[in-house]
Amino acid sequence: MTAMVWRKPLPALTLGLSLGLWILILAAAPAGAVQPDEILADPSLEGRARAISAGLRCLVCQNQSIDDSDAPLARDLRLLVRERLKAGDSDREVVDFIVARYGEFVLLKPRFTRATALLWFATPFVLAAALLLIWLAYRRRKAGGEGLAPLSAGEKRRLKRLLDGS
Amino acid sequence: MIAETGHYALILALAVAIVQTVLPLLGARMRDPQLAAVAVPAAQMQFVLVAIAFIALTTAYVTSDFSVENVWRNSHSAKPLIYKISGVWGNHEGSMVLWVLILALFGASVAIYGVNLPRQLKANVLAVQGSIAAAFLLFIITASNPFVRLDPAPFDGEGLNPVLQDPALAFHPPFLYAGYVGFSMAFSFAIAALIDGRIDAAWARWVRPWTLAAWMCLTLGVAMGSWWAYYELGWGGFWFWDPVENASFMPWLAGTALLHSALVMEKRDALKVWTILLAIVTFSLSLMGTFLVRSGVLTSVHAFAVDPARGIFILAIMSVFIGGSLALFAWRAPLLGQGGLFAPISREGALVLNNLLLTTACAAVFVGTLYPLALEALTGDKISVGAPFFNLTFTPLIVPLLIAVPFGPLLAWKRGDLVAAAQRLMAAAAVAIGVAMLLLAVHHRGPWLAPFGVGLGLWLILGAVSEIAYRVKLTEAAPAEIWRRLRNLPRAAYGSALAHAGVGLTVIGIVATTAWRSEAIVALKPGNTAEIAGYELTFKGVAPNQGPNYRERIGVFAVTRNGRAITELLPSKREFTVEKSDTTEAGIHASWRGDLYAVLGDSLNDGAYSVRLYFNPLVRLIWLGALVMFAGGAVSLSDRRLRVGAPMRGRTKAAAVAAGE
Repeated sequence: MTAMVWRKPLPALTLGLSLGLWILILAAAPAGAVQPDEILADPSLEGRARAISAGLRCLVCQNQSIDDSDAPLARDLRLLVRERLKAGDSDREVVDFIVARYGEFVLLKPRFTRATALLWFATPFVLAAALLLIWLAYRRRKAGGEGLAPLSAGEKRRLKRLLDGS
Repeated sequence: MIAETGHYALILALAVAIVQTVLPLLGARMRDPQLAAVAVPAAQMQFVLVAIAFIALTTAYVTSDFSVENVWRNSHSAKPLIYKISGVWGNHEGSMVLWVLILALFGASVAIYGVNLPRQLKANVLAVQGSIAAAFLLFIITASNPFVRLDPAPFDGEGLNPVLQDPALAFHPPFLYAGYVGFSMAFSFAIAALIDGRIDAAWARWVRPWTLAAWMCLTLGVAMGSWWAYYELGWGGFWFWDPVENASFMPWLAGTALLHSALVMEKRDALKVWTILLAIVTFSLSLMGTFLVRSGVLTSVHAFAVDPARGIFILAIMSVFIGGSLALFAWRAPLLGQGGLFAPISREGALVLNNLLLTTACAAVFVGTLYPLALEALTGDKISVGAPFFNLTFTPLIVPLLIAVPFGPLLAWKRGDLVAAAQRLMAAAAVAIGVAMLLLAVHHRGPWLAPFGVGLGLWLILGAVSEIAYRVKLTEAAPAEIWRRLRNLPRAAYGSALAHAGVGLTVIGIVATTAWRSEAIVALKPGNTAEIAGYELTFKGVAPNQGPNYRERIGVFAVTRNGRAITELLPSKREFTVEKSDTTEAGIHASWRGDLYAVLGDSLNDGAYSVRLYFNPLVRLIWLGALVMFAGGAVSLSDRRLRVGAPMRGRTKAAAVAAGE
């Protein structure tokens, strides 16, 4: 007899799954998260539940998603996500529901707000500033023409002598 | 007595470190060669003393001397010998001693092997090294002494955190620290150059081997950590963007940039000011890594220290060194002057692009790691920054860098020809794009970016091969000529090609396993069979077993493929009796296609066990790539041109060859 199997290829090119491994260890048994009895019968609904869970932080863990956490609280949240999905909520509604209860802290990808604007803009800003600096340095060098200083009168005479002399 | 000897040696080492800092600095300043020369014996003495302390601590661990508090807290008499030894650095106090030991080792190496260094530079370099050692020794002696005694001595120890009792993790910290601390050499050389107000191509030639050695160790250290996470933590993930991982990744990114900018400085005398700054930044990030992990700022398994006084001490050390060096930089860097000119399209230009993207990527990791801490400290708001953030900010910077990598070595210094370089890479590009298209056709249901990721990895590998092929004129010259060229090609060229190909392997591994991983979560009773990725796993049941210091339950799975027996997987759950915690040991079967990975979960009611199965395609390429990068570094390091003093001999030899021809 073959047991019930639920299987899916993980979505998208996510470099590294969002999991803080460390607290998991402190939370005793690090044996993986989603339990067979939690899995929904409808594969598309289950797929959505997994995708949502991967973006939600296990609140008692370090940077680990509820999809990978063993903590009882993570299990409660996973069941809650599935309950909302079964009730017909959209993905967005499920996430909003959880955030309304547990706060922004639960999102592994912080929403763009006034508090996180700097976080999201920092990298593009650094890139732009660095590009600007490089461009300025390049222009200054070019204008300065260091190393390519025009020959002095004496050097010109010497060069002329050398060329004519040969 | 042994512990007291170690303690005393640390105090003597601190005294020597202060001498090593003050006298050579004065000597270099007053142009007194004898005073400056004190640096050499001081650095050697310092290493001997710290080594005595380290050996004393190791002896206390090996002999299970529980009258030493540190041993009592982190060891147990029933622990296997290897974990008694690795327990020395598996805790806060001991790991700081290891840190200083490696620092002293680098200092002593410069003292011994730096015979060709200008006297003044050498004195200043060793003085800066001495000052770092003095700061950390002071920290160890006053705030984190590993030699504190207990009276009466407890009967047995409390044991080591079970997840640290693992071969890869036993050697992960020494490599990581060798990387962190190795960058102190680049830092000391940078500060010495700033003190001197003078810097030239020779400086870069002296700095590069040390930086390269540090980079190699850090590469291996980071890879080991990732490998450990993969097989030990039980869900087959290999990188988690955890703050502790980021703390080791940032110096790696900055160090990689430093290696490349030092190359420009050595060859073209350009990017001087930037290289100095990068050397300071790289070591500052290493210090920050130590601070993040050691201070307990991040509550994690690495943060053994929860004492805030220690955190403040390390923060003070960090502020003094980072602030001081940046102030010195602002004051003295204008003296260093500009270097050679180059066109935007040139080898230098390519390396500037490398530095731009690597440092910006490093900044992205920096912001993502520290922003939640800063926000919470300033406003009390708590946010999480996880993998989705890094995927959005880090990846877009790294992908263009990787696309550009094969072009770099094919461009000439000063002014390069992009079209000619592109022509030489035609074959590599054609194969990479072809394979990507083929994969796209096979996996047409997505994820559609993944085939291009694999193509990118291939592009890096084939690009590296193309560069060597071009350099030896593979398509034009006669076989004898090709052979002669292959032999005469500098080892550094092979080294960089290998390292770039290693990056390609890692990229393929990451992309393939992330995109095409399969997973099955099943409840199995003995006798049941589950299928994954063409394998059939039959659950035979669970057997108990007694390890040296743990009890375990081993799940037995017979693996077949198309009815043919392949192997038996034995994932287990270990229960460490002394430490009262559990670990999971995954059962892994490696093949050239990928890893079959099984994890035994909890027993459910009705006699079934929850079992998680994964198939991780090509996942081993991630670490194989890191090994290849390490090998590339080693090959490059063996190039005599990189060795201190060798360039002169090299030149005379080249001249002799030229004269002979």
